[in-house]
Amino acid sequence: MTESSALGAIALHGVDVHFGEGKTAVQALSGIDLRIEPGEFVSILGPSGCGKSTIIGALAGFTKVSSGELRVDAARVTAPGPERGVVFQQHTLFPWKTVAKNVEFGLKMRGVGRSERKRQARDILSAMGLAEFLSHYPHQLSGGMQQRVNLARVLVNRPRVILMDEPFCSLDAQTRLQMQELLLSLWHEFHMTVVFVTHEVDEALFLSDRVVVLTQRPARIKAEVSVELPRPRTRDLLTRPEFVGLKRQILELLIGEAFSPAKPS
Amino acid sequence: MASAVQGAVAPRSNAAALSADEAALSISASHGASARLSVRIRSGFIGALSIALWLCCWQLASVHKWNFFFRFENIPAPSEVAAAFGELYRAPKFAAHVGNSLRRIFLGFSLAAGLAVVLGLLIGRFRIAAQSLFPPLEILRPIPAVAWIPLAILLFASAEQSMVFITFIGAFFPILLSTIHGVEGVDRRLVYASLTLGAGPLDVFHEVILPGALPSIVTGLSIGMGTSWFSLVTAEMISGQFGIGYYTWEAYTLQQYPKIVLGMITIGLLGMGSSLLIKWIGRRFMPWFKPDASAA
Repeated sequence: MTESSALGAIALHGVDVHFGEGKTAVQALSGIDLRIEPGEFVSILGPSGCGKSTIIGALAGFTKVSSGELRVDAARVTAPGPERGVVFQQHTLFPWKTVAKNVEFGLKMRGVGRSERKRQARDILSAMGLAEFLSHYPHQLSGGMQQRVNLARVLVNRPRVILMDEPFCSLDAQTRLQMQELLLSLWHEFHMTVVFVTHEVDEALFLSDRVVVLTQRPARIKAEVSVELPRPRTRDLLTRPEFVGLKRQILELLIGEAFSPAKPS
Repeated sequence: MASAVQGAVAPRSNAAALSADEAALSISASHGASARLSVRIRSGFIGALSIALWLCCWQLASVHKWNFFFRFENIPAPSEVAAAFGELYRAPKFAAHVGNSLRRIFLGFSLAAGLAVVLGLLIGRFRIAAQSLFPPLEILRPIPAVAWIPLAILLFASAEQSMVFITFIGAFFPILLSTIHGVEGVDRRLVYASLTLGAGPLDVFHEVILPGALPSIVTGLSIGMGTSWFSLVTAEMISGQFGIGYYTWEAYTLQQYPKIVLGMITIGLLGMGSSLLIKWIGRRFMPWFKPDASAA
């Protein structure tokens, strides 16, 4: 676990992303400069439809960068790879695989033997309280459990970086809070870098070391707010004055953004 | 893993809530079970009564030789059909007819399924395959299998081969189209997920595309089975020796009218049986598939 502790640095230099061509072209990202330290937990916050998810797509390697450069550790990102795990919103477990087989998938792709795969999947699922559900199919699980399997499927590959695209937005408030706490404990244990896209201010503050606020489309970085709240964090933090103060600061940034007209690029 | 165990408390309470829900469901289910059984018996009874009534009308029309608009004078009565059915065990040729048809279906359908699924996967997945293979198939597709019969007779040396070919044509297009549709319908996010987990192009194909398209392929096979029977029976009536379609037509030419209905019923049962077989095999291969789960 410790050999990867110094890895997982992310650097974006002047990243632009355009979709389409000619008159229908849309610019999603404009001149994004961002450095993320190994093991840092950074949330990306912005108005809906601003291009937050495009950053995840670019880091994951699905979305081609139009200009600028994007590196994870020394390597330029050009294609998806297992060292950058992605947790999507929902419904991305393979419906035809059992919970255990879903989690084993990444290991299988790396050529890990069957019994070793089974053991690792069982271990991580047990640690996440899913030991009884190894041979269930995804549709037999609740939304929260599905997202836990999703996390396990990514974590079992020991990625240096985890990219999360509004992973808890379809869960109810109670389950969401449980998932946030689970995520923090896993992050603490696995020492990975986390990039977490969300539109919830509370969620971003509760989880992160740093919150990056984006402008409206085309998204630029409007502000970076460093969250110097003590860890481990528990839910009573949500009502503490220093938390509320940071929340007010970020809400003002976002509200200013919501009412300013989109700038032409 | 010590800290993750802390998080495991949440899952357990969640699981407990889930099983409580299930318990509530099963209570209401057992409560409603007797009511549902009586509803089923009732609707089964009404259904049986309806069928009996229709058979009665048919019997009366045949016996009294109803002759207004429909001419029932040569139509065998249900009782005559039942009698013909009873004599089947003394007719070894009947089994040969059925056996011949089943063999043609098996050959034609298997060839069609193999080729259509492979082509469908390629066309659905690769643009170059779609551009090169799909246009000629699109031109042939609207031609009904039955319209191929004269050409098929010219094309093949034996009537047997031409009939298998007609069966093949009947099954091919529904399976092809469903396979293409299935491949195109695979959720892109699942492909992305597999790529981020380290899958290569071949892995994506057989770990994601193939299972993702499978429900649609099975639907196509089931439809294709129906159309291949339809095509075969027609081909047998026109150019056959042996086969259940030939049997039915021969009964007409030999004026053994009860056998016509017997042949029709047999064709219906064979078609239904083979479609059920496809669906059963499909369910065996897809224990994960719940047609209504995606809507929930």
